[in-house]
Amino acid sequence: MLEVTGLTTKYGAISALRDASLSVGEGEVVGLIGPNGAGKTTLLGSIAGLLPIDSGSVSFEGTDITSAAPEKIVRSGLALVPEHRRIFADMNVEENLKIGGVTVTAGERAELLTEMADLFPVLRKKWDTAAGFLSGGEAQQLAIARALMSKPKVIMMDEPSLGLAPILVDLVFDLIETLRSQGRTILVVEQNATRMLKAADRAYVLRSGEVVASGSGAELLERSDLFDTFVGGGR
Amino acid sequence: MTELLQNLIDGLGRGSIYALLALGVAVVFGIMHMLNFAHGELITIPGYLTFWAFNNGWNWWTVVPLIVVSAVLSSLLIERIAFSRVRGATDFTMLLTSFGVHFIVAAGFLLYVSASVKTIPRPGWFANTVSVGSLNIEVFDLAVIAVTAVVLAGTTWLLQRTMFGLALRAAASDFDTARLMGVKSDSVIRGAFALSGFLAGIAGVFWIMREGQVTPTAGINPMLQGVLAVLIGGLGSLRGAVLGGLVLGLAEVLLRSWLPLGIQNLTTGFVFLMIALLFIFRPGGLLSVPQVERV
Repeated sequence: MLEVTGLTTKYGAISALRDASLSVGEGEVVGLIGPNGAGKTTLLGSIAGLLPIDSGSVSFEGTDITSAAPEKIVRSGLALVPEHRRIFADMNVEENLKIGGVTVTAGERAELLTEMADLFPVLRKKWDTAAGFLSGGEAQQLAIARALMSKPKVIMMDEPSLGLAPILVDLVFDLIETLRSQGRTILVVEQNATRMLKAADRAYVLRSGEVVASGSGAELLERSDLFDTFVGGGR
Repeated sequence: MTELLQNLIDGLGRGSIYALLALGVAVVFGIMHMLNFAHGELITIPGYLTFWAFNNGWNWWTVVPLIVVSAVLSSLLIERIAFSRVRGATDFTMLLTSFGVHFIVAAGFLLYVSASVKTIPRPGWFANTVSVGSLNIEVFDLAVIAVTAVVLAGTTWLLQRTMFGLALRAAASDFDTARLMGVKSDSVIRGAFALSGFLAGIAGVFWIMREGQVTPTAGINPMLQGVLAVLIGGLGSLRGAVLGGLVLGLAEVLLRSWLPLGIQNLTTGFVFLMIALLFIFRPGGLLSVPQVERV
């Protein structure tokens, strides 16, 4: 469904991402793990059209979307929940969700709003609250709900558990499970490697901008070398 | 008491025009992070069209829509020709670009129209007043205040209740993330310039009526008042821009009436002195927007 081939992205002279390839099939939950600075966020940003790609290609459902504008990419059905959530702090919860649904018709938007209110009871309670006043966990749910408003075929999440209390990390992984059971396709970047490998069908390990290992979650969990050398702690 | 009320209404009338100008500057600043020093051209260009129209038998009923429509089109055209090319450039580049647009437009009118003052007939009711008790209120002030109130209410509705308004606010708050949601950058930027032009057009109607003339550099004063009002209100805040405009108008009128006769010519100087004091105590303006890194 999503094919990334030989992607290289540079910040100035430094390659943040070197020749990275990955694929995500329909209905799969794919994890992307690796230490800080491995290029995980760069990879998602490059796919989503936020960062200029130096070489390589991204294709989505057979269409080349390499270096397309972010608004075009999300309109093709590939949504990103960005790092640090990036919710619109001075807009309320409903407005944040509505803007997430800027790509769909008014009728669909109204239906999706109801759907999100059901899926995220926490948000329903804070419907008219300015998003800047939400707690970290609520804000993360809003960020995910906002991405779902575009009816994405694939949803990419960048560190959804970052900075959350352990109980909220559980909630995020429960949510990923819920979305999987709805048959959604998900690509998740996580620092919490063990949790991610348990939740994912397949995963890629990124280190210093390169994909150094890939396989099913169970396979990678057995690779103690990865944990010691690349991923660090988290076991 | 009567004099104070009189001054307040006078100041609100003046401030309303500034508020419309400032809001237009603030809308563009929100999206582009550019202080548009060419905002006054959205009054100069319609001003010359007004002069042309009156020489061709038009009247105020037809000139008003001409001013508003030409201000919107000028705003879009300037964006297309100049500002679209410096999107994402440094603040300084955009600032210089907007100065450049101002000088080119001014030079264009100077070279190809005339350096001399072109007069525009004021509407017949311009100097009329209505008496309320002991107050003598200018119909012009009432018209400005009423129209501004309606336009501000409409703009608020647009920003709060329509998808375009939401997209504009989202893009102003975080442009990249708004694009991630599917907000089209071209549309939202053009929309911001159209709205800015519309607001300048409404302000321009009253500005041109009040001045009764147009010159190649007619845009400087409205631009300065708009930018000043934005700074007073707090850069980045739309409400602040409106508040800044009203405060600036009131300050001008009240100072003029309070200052002793001999130094009334220094009103502008005193206004700037007050602005300097404001910035010492509130560097971000009246409704400063805190720049918090959200994690």
